[in-house]
Amino acid sequence: MYNSIVLVKQVPDTANISGKVMKDDGTVNRAKLPAIFNQEDKVALELALQVKERYGGKVTAITMGPPRASDILRECLYLGADETYLISDRKFAGADTLATSYVLCEAIKKIGGYHFIFAGRQAIDGDTAQVGPQTAEKLNIPQITYTEEIIEVSEGKVKARKKIDGGYEIIECKLPVLLTVLKDAVQPRPFSAKRVMAFKGAKSLMDLEKLTEENSLLYIDKLTHEYEERGLYIKTLTMDDLKLEDNRCGVKGSPTKVYKVESVVLAGGSHKKVEATKESLGELIDQLMSDHIFG
Amino acid sequence: MNTLEFTNEVWVFIEQRDDNPADVSFELLCKGQKLADAMGGILKSIVIGSGIDKIVEKTFTYGADEALVIDHPSLKTYETLRYAGILNDLVKKNVPRIVLFGATVIGRDLAPRVASHTKSGLTADCTDLQISDVTYLKQNHPKLLLQIRPAFGGNIIATIITPDVPTQMATVREGVMELQPLEKPKKGKITKIEYKPNPLDELVKIIEQHREESKVNLKAAPIIVAGGYGLATKENFRLVEELAHAIGGEVAGSRAAVDAGFVTPDRQVGQTGVTVRPKLYIAVGISGAIQHRAGMQDSNKIIAINNDPEAPIFDIAHYGIVGDATEVLPAFIEVYKHKLK
Repeated sequence: MYNSIVLVKQVPDTANISGKVMKDDGTVNRAKLPAIFNQEDKVALELALQVKERYGGKVTAITMGPPRASDILRECLYLGADETYLISDRKFAGADTLATSYVLCEAIKKIGGYHFIFAGRQAIDGDTAQVGPQTAEKLNIPQITYTEEIIEVSEGKVKARKKIDGGYEIIECKLPVLLTVLKDAVQPRPFSAKRVMAFKGAKSLMDLEKLTEENSLLYIDKLTHEYEERGLYIKTLTMDDLKLEDNRCGVKGSPTKVYKVESVVLAGGSHKKVEATKESLGELIDQLMSDHIFG
Repeated sequence: MNTLEFTNEVWVFIEQRDDNPADVSFELLCKGQKLADAMGGILKSIVIGSGIDKIVEKTFTYGADEALVIDHPSLKTYETLRYAGILNDLVKKNVPRIVLFGATVIGRDLAPRVASHTKSGLTADCTDLQISDVTYLKQNHPKLLLQIRPAFGGNIIATIITPDVPTQMATVREGVMELQPLEKPKKGKITKIEYKPNPLDELVKIIEQHREESKVNLKAAPIIVAGGYGLATKENFRLVEELAHAIGGEVAGSRAAVDAGFVTPDRQVGQTGVTVRPKLYIAVGISGAIQHRAGMQDSNKIIAINNDPEAPIFDIAHYGIVGDATEVLPAFIEVYKHKLK
């Protein structure tokens, strides 16, 4: 039996950005962006599910993000996660990787009982690949980054293959360990239709608070209890639940600051237009030859 | 915060694999020297490994004033916990003002752990680094490190600063900074530091390691033909390979082309790939997002081939050909071969 915690992130679809998405303070206005499940995190979840299927255990997916990040936790439930946690608080806003890893570390300590922590190698909004190792360091556990394959788990050790520059390494590591996972490690499974039916109504504390705001006959404690009974509660941890130090969270806890952002202004440089005809291409090639670039 | 209490040391982590130092480490020393000069500080190389005297000497030819050397048989191969433990202690004790790492697999494994342990700021994949006096939230911060990188799908260029903590860390991809050895090596000081094994180190064992030094050397190639997602299929991408073959160039690709499986990751040009400065760069079906341009805009001559006349790649091109690559490339190859006869 091996229990896994999977770190997942809802990310803006950076490949499909349009319009003004930066706020004046230089942080990102996530509300304006289409949000998706970070693909490498989905691969991380798949690896955790495969470990569970091979050896038994429990898979817990957690995300730190705004209330709407519960979307991807529902997706985790559709894919097979046993339990999910939304870690959310206004005070987490603007966190850089260091502040994020602090919150995740404290949440992981509170959840406890894990042998593996899986995460995608990096998230497509920043591509930093920092949160995984920063979290492992704070938990004081080893890490395997750039994981390509889990070869086997036995006697409290994992044997895994990881990418290195120019090749790969097979590593044996005592549990618990944090692994960051490459996109091609495994193919994530599709949603289970049965699980979609079962969990599409799953809600976090913030989702339920919204319901109570819209309907004065509902009481949050009762509602939360009811959803827990039905197995539809996305557990929610806030700053207070985790007893976090205020100055280590969000903007305050982030040593890196965005000093300046500049929109990319295209220089509108002047280039020589070359027709796509053999004659014009010939002239271009002649020019490059006389410049001693060709020949 | 009173900045006088900060040190003025710039550190560069020197990465070695099988005793071969990584180019990016020396590139960072060259940049590190400029940063140290601008700060009125000194440049130190951090060399960890086993039997690494030669590498230590070489860091002096790239500007290091001093080398901190941790030489021990059990440090021959990079292993996260051992190396991170050493750097955690060193950074904590000496509090350098700047620490730079190559954004390699090793650098990206190591730097975040050290930043996490020492609560330092860390910015990934910088495309430029500068020293400047900064006023931020009405506070003056003299001689801060500006960490410049494209962000958010290339829509913006962000300048990141780390104003309130003692140590500013950054990673940089290979090729971004230029390699300029000194004419006369510095007479650097060697400071040996004892390695104390840690019980945590025993948690991890490397059982096997396979490495082939990449035969691809984009940085040294005088001519590069790069293809992008605009080529649409792997078959069409072959035309890029054919053109490269015909004119004696190396094949490269944009990140989108790598993600689509048209070309291998070691041939990726751009912010998260390699930065190149060839004599000629031919961009085929590459729209020219800022992350790609960051990796090739200093090429001596750029030819852009794209069927979209509005593609941003034309803004930095010297020659622009609007047309379908499946027609332009075969024609180019045919005319070129004809000229050689």
